[in-house]
Amino acid sequence: MLSLLAQVADFKAPHVDYHALAPEIVMAVGLCAVLLVDLFVPDHKRWITGTLTGFVLIGAFIPVATLAVVGDDMRALFDGRYIVDEFALALKGLFLLSAYVVVLMSSNEMEEGHYYQGEYYVLLLSSVLGMVMMASSRDLISVFVALEFLSIPAYMMAAWRKRDSKSNEAGVKYYLLGVFASAVLLYGMSLMYGLASSTRLTDVGQALTLEGDKVGMQVLAIVFVIVGFAFKVSAVPFHTWAPDTYQGAPTPVTAFLSVASKAAGFTGLLAMVYLAFPMAHDVYQPFMWVLAALTMTVGNLLALKQTNIVRMLAYSSVSQGGFILMPLAVAGTGEAAGPALKAVVVYLLIYAATNLGAFAVVIAVARKTRSGEISSFGGLFNYAPGLAVMMTIFLASLAGIPPLGGWYAKFGAFRAVVEAGGGWGYTIAIVGAINAVIATAYYITVMREMWMKPAPDGDETPVRVPSPIVVAIALCGIGTMVMGVLPGAVARFGDLADLTFAFGG
Amino acid sequence: MLVNQFLILGAVLFCIGVYGVLARKNAVMVLMSIELILNSVNINLLAFDLMNGGLEGSVFALYIIGIAAAEVGVGLAMVLLIYRNKKSIALDELSEMKG
Repeated sequence: MLSLLAQVADFKAPHVDYHALAPEIVMAVGLCAVLLVDLFVPDHKRWITGTLTGFVLIGAFIPVATLAVVGDDMRALFDGRYIVDEFALALKGLFLLSAYVVVLMSSNEMEEGHYYQGEYYVLLLSSVLGMVMMASSRDLISVFVALEFLSIPAYMMAAWRKRDSKSNEAGVKYYLLGVFASAVLLYGMSLMYGLASSTRLTDVGQALTLEGDKVGMQVLAIVFVIVGFAFKVSAVPFHTWAPDTYQGAPTPVTAFLSVASKAAGFTGLLAMVYLAFPMAHDVYQPFMWVLAALTMTVGNLLALKQTNIVRMLAYSSVSQGGFILMPLAVAGTGEAAGPALKAVVVYLLIYAATNLGAFAVVIAVARKTRSGEISSFGGLFNYAPGLAVMMTIFLASLAGIPPLGGWYAKFGAFRAVVEAGGGWGYTIAIVGAINAVIATAYYITVMREMWMKPAPDGDETPVRVPSPIVVAIALCGIGTMVMGVLPGAVARFGDLADLTFAFGG
Repeated sequence: MLVNQFLILGAVLFCIGVYGVLARKNAVMVLMSIELILNSVNINLLAFDLMNGGLEGSVFALYIIGIAAAEVGVGLAMVLLIYRNKKSIALDELSEMKG
């Protein structure tokens, strides 16, 4: 006992930068508060839980904003295993704000349905906390813990409608493939640990050089890790769960999965590509090239024949994932690392605003039509011109039509691959360009329904849109348009100087 | 003792696990196969720890054990859910949505 006490005296507590950790602390305290408050909230005052969740997210956003204003290049915690830099802050902001929009979209869906449980908001908050941690994780263990932290609540949210067999199917498919993916990812990580004998990503990066006598093991580790993340970002051929899960889950959850969860997968993948195996570009670049080309093409071709709007948006989200992967196919070529990273981050930010907006309109319209078919959007312009105009803006942005945000996102991705040049760069740019044209076709199908066709059953009573959904649509609309007209506003996130410094640390 | 033997055991367990996930139609069997993969990872981590004399791998393995327990909890709850609705846990019967 005495010897133990003697050791305690020697223990030096690590320096903890509480300002840098403030968003996580606010989230953790807030999610316990929501859980407790929900115990005492009577059924007719359900709105309190949702509102409190919104405040927690805004409260966590405040320290993110102050950290960005203070503008230190990098705050390294825990021996450089947990880093708060501009890259992390931009993505934390994205996760918190998109979760706020999801709360706005869910509140009416949850309160009016027969499936209300206050725990929905607790699960949402814990998933977002995992994402916020993912943005800062620079260590194999914390990447894995953050990934599970954000996925496990999401499995439960996908299966939220307990007695609906489609929702069950959505949850089980998402769960089984998600867990299998993280198991494969872990196997790759264990090999990485063996090669580097350290779990810090920068140490792993120095060990995976594709030289020496363990090249086979290095290649295997990289391939397994990429496959694990490819499941999370639903890249073809690992996308099979995505359409079923997106269609079966409640629509606000689908919006959350297709935006925030996907962005978190890409965050982890970026940390891996730029820190854990930057010198192994001979392995990961061709792999990313094939994944990106397949994801864009297969996602688009399957989206063309969909009749259900949510399923169409699911395949559209798969194919957008291909465009986000595209810059990574050249990320190790010469000077392309910086522009590629910037292109991915900017694409994620713009895609989040646009896709959330499209789902918010789908939720608003489905409140009246009670249908998920694309034909149910017929005549929308006659009885709900506001919704029709907003939906057109979001779809046009997804298609990449200037001057909307999606155009700038695609422009950045294409510029990154063309500037890198070489056979790989030019060919993936051509594949991407062809796919951008194909994608326009199915977005225009929905626009034609809204503007040209009559309402399917002649029912033209106006849609009554609850105010939280109006706010959600307005926020996403403003985001989509501002980022298209003033791309400088987002382009400064992820400047190369800050990121190389952070990633080099 | 050679570290190879542990790594080969890990690789064999991993392959059995992947085969089980792909070939089995029973949801609980698939869950068990995933557990096999996770345990192969633990064996790998501990073997590397023995080889390098480090500690991080053991810490990693502890996290994996903890999180795997949470995962299986959620997974069994979901299997129970589909059993209540369908009276079956065969995964190939989960095919309402297609295309």
